[in-house]
Amino acid sequence: MLIVACIKQVPDTTQVKIDPVTNTLVRQGIPIIVNPYDTNALEESLRLRDRFGGRVVAVSMGPPNADVTLRKALALGVNEAVLLSDRAFGGADTLATSCVLSAAIAKLAEEDELTLVVCGKQTIDGDTAQVGPGIATRMGLTQLTLVDSVENLDLKARRIRVRRKLEGRHEIVEAPLPALLTVVREINRPRYPTVPHRLDSLKAEVKVWDNKVLNLDVNTIGLKGSPTCVRRIFSPEREKGEILGDALRDPAGATGLLVEKLVQKDLLPL
Amino acid sequence: MNKPKKPKKPRGKVRLLEGKCAACGARCESVCPVDGVTVNAAGEPVISLDRCIGCLKCVKICPAQALEVFFTVEEQKILSELARLEGEVEEAAAAVAEGADEIAAVLGSHRGVWVFVEQTEGKAATVSWELLGKGAELAGTLGVELCAMVLGDHVDHLAQEAFSYGATKVYLMDEPVLKNYRTEPYLKAILALVRKYKPEVILMGATGQGRDLAGAVATVLKTGLTADCTGLGIDADRNLLQTRPAFGGNIMATILCDRFRPQMATVRPHVMRLPVKNPEARGEIVREVLSLKEEDVLTKVLEIISDGKGTDHVDISGAEYIVSGGRGMMNRENFSILKELADELGGVVGASRSAVDAGWIPHDRQVGQTGKTVRPKIYIACGISGAIQHLVGMQDSDTIIAINRDKDAPIFEVAAYGLVGDLFQIVPELTRRVRELRTRK
Repeated sequence: MLIVACIKQVPDTTQVKIDPVTNTLVRQGIPIIVNPYDTNALEESLRLRDRFGGRVVAVSMGPPNADVTLRKALALGVNEAVLLSDRAFGGADTLATSCVLSAAIAKLAEEDELTLVVCGKQTIDGDTAQVGPGIATRMGLTQLTLVDSVENLDLKARRIRVRRKLEGRHEIVEAPLPALLTVVREINRPRYPTVPHRLDSLKAEVKVWDNKVLNLDVNTIGLKGSPTCVRRIFSPEREKGEILGDALRDPAGATGLLVEKLVQKDLLPL
Repeated sequence: MNKPKKPKKPRGKVRLLEGKCAACGARCESVCPVDGVTVNAAGEPVISLDRCIGCLKCVKICPAQALEVFFTVEEQKILSELARLEGEVEEAAAAVAEGADEIAAVLGSHRGVWVFVEQTEGKAATVSWELLGKGAELAGTLGVELCAMVLGDHVDHLAQEAFSYGATKVYLMDEPVLKNYRTEPYLKAILALVRKYKPEVILMGATGQGRDLAGAVATVLKTGLTADCTGLGIDADRNLLQTRPAFGGNIMATILCDRFRPQMATVRPHVMRLPVKNPEARGEIVREVLSLKEEDVLTKVLEIISDGKGTDHVDISGAEYIVSGGRGMMNRENFSILKELADELGGVVGASRSAVDAGWIPHDRQVGQTGKTVRPKIYIACGISGAIQHLVGMQDSDTIIAINRDKDAPIFEVAAYGLVGDLFQIVPELTRRVRELRTRK
């Protein structure tokens, strides 16, 4: 049984700030982390392996230094880690990304029976939630997004039962394997790496596959294979509002001014 | 090969403008034909001047305009030499776009703006109607029809509802296999409709269902899909301008899909305004049949469990008045003063991510990129500095009031009214005055 966990290294976007003078991103010193949702995908993969046997391979597409991220996965106990890295993969949107990931997963599935692909529900830098469905669709896997609990895995009948978390409701869904799951944070609490695993991970091999290995048409990957393009990046501009009174010295007076404005404009539910 | 007598006109080299790189994902590196760009750990390009041939591919591709061309000292010497020799030097034309005719044919054969009407157990998601409102605008600009796709079992009433929110045509597939949403039958249904009628724009709600479906549809059609758009417009070439928060909501990006059709976008609930309902409106219904039987679909929805939310559950996304607290609230207990004000206004209490992360208030109250998008009549931000991640969730509120000690807090940039001061003095005072006005009435 093969379980593939897809992970991405991302900048910790919660720590990004905007330079108020130049209106540009201040990215100095922003830590690179494993996409938080992907840590849950790793954890769920490991739990299923520990219960049902088989092996977990962590796969990531990214620059050469993304092997750091994959070593973190090795430290958590995945059996193998593969980095998909090539200049030709760069600048990819979600369609081109799912092309590379699917090809890599298909290659892994040549040696072992693919049972599950597990992804985080989205990344915190792109926030699209599109790569998971992209992989499932390309590979013809059952698509089960927003899973917050794997209820049953029946390897004989080749069926899986999961609970999905949607707006205002949950769904219990049963479906055939192989399947692709995207998982939400509530599904589990990721483990910490053990010391021996962590030490081993430093020495372990992270396989690096470039496009010589995957042999994909360059028009389907990277920038060339991306139907979307970014026309413009900008910091949001806004109209300046009004600062009312001197609320530091005279809070009551300033509050009075505010209430006056609101009454004038008939904004209060009176 | 004969060597040119004149020195060749230098093309310049490329350099990075400090602080402008957005670490977009190595676009510059991947377009460089001579491997002259290497992206470092911070995601910024390092340009090898020895290799750079000044082709400007990276400059053109950079979405942040972070790369510029310059001439080295040697090149400048040659340039002035050339200028002295023959004055103006003509520049060669740029490369011709490949397959331009083919692209034009695809673009020209797709017409119409479509909205996917999401439904669960026969009830439509409001975001679909919001999208019809925006879709009408886009269809007007393009001079095309606004159509709705209604899929489900016994969902005729939704077709009528779609007309009342502005659709002029409804593509309807009404059959048992479409009763509960599952990726496979819905994907097949939409593919059949899109391939037959060829729309140029498809909009879907950025909900659990919408995102599940949109990602699959775009992958099969090999077209572009932009998630969570906060702004949609049309450019001079009929392309959909899709603006969305990027980089965790810290900056905005305008995205284009200019070589493929349909152009697909998802939009989160409450981002677009709900259009006024006109129950009298009528339109054309186009019925289509899906060639798929229930026994061919191996995925089964066994149970739908509605969240029986407790009495404490508040839906902030539908509230008209929201009083939100951030890090400046200091602790959990202090939220009670916000609750008092919210009660007086008949509203609810919201929060920024910091307050939620600190455990002062539950996650379902969070406003922002990773929380809910709201657009109340009045949004009062108390002790919230206003990180863009928060602003994208509330900036479309009708009136924003900011209360913060720090006069430089970014929240004041979106606020209509700002009070620079101590929220612990201002909020109770505001509550008192509103109460006074209300009792007087």
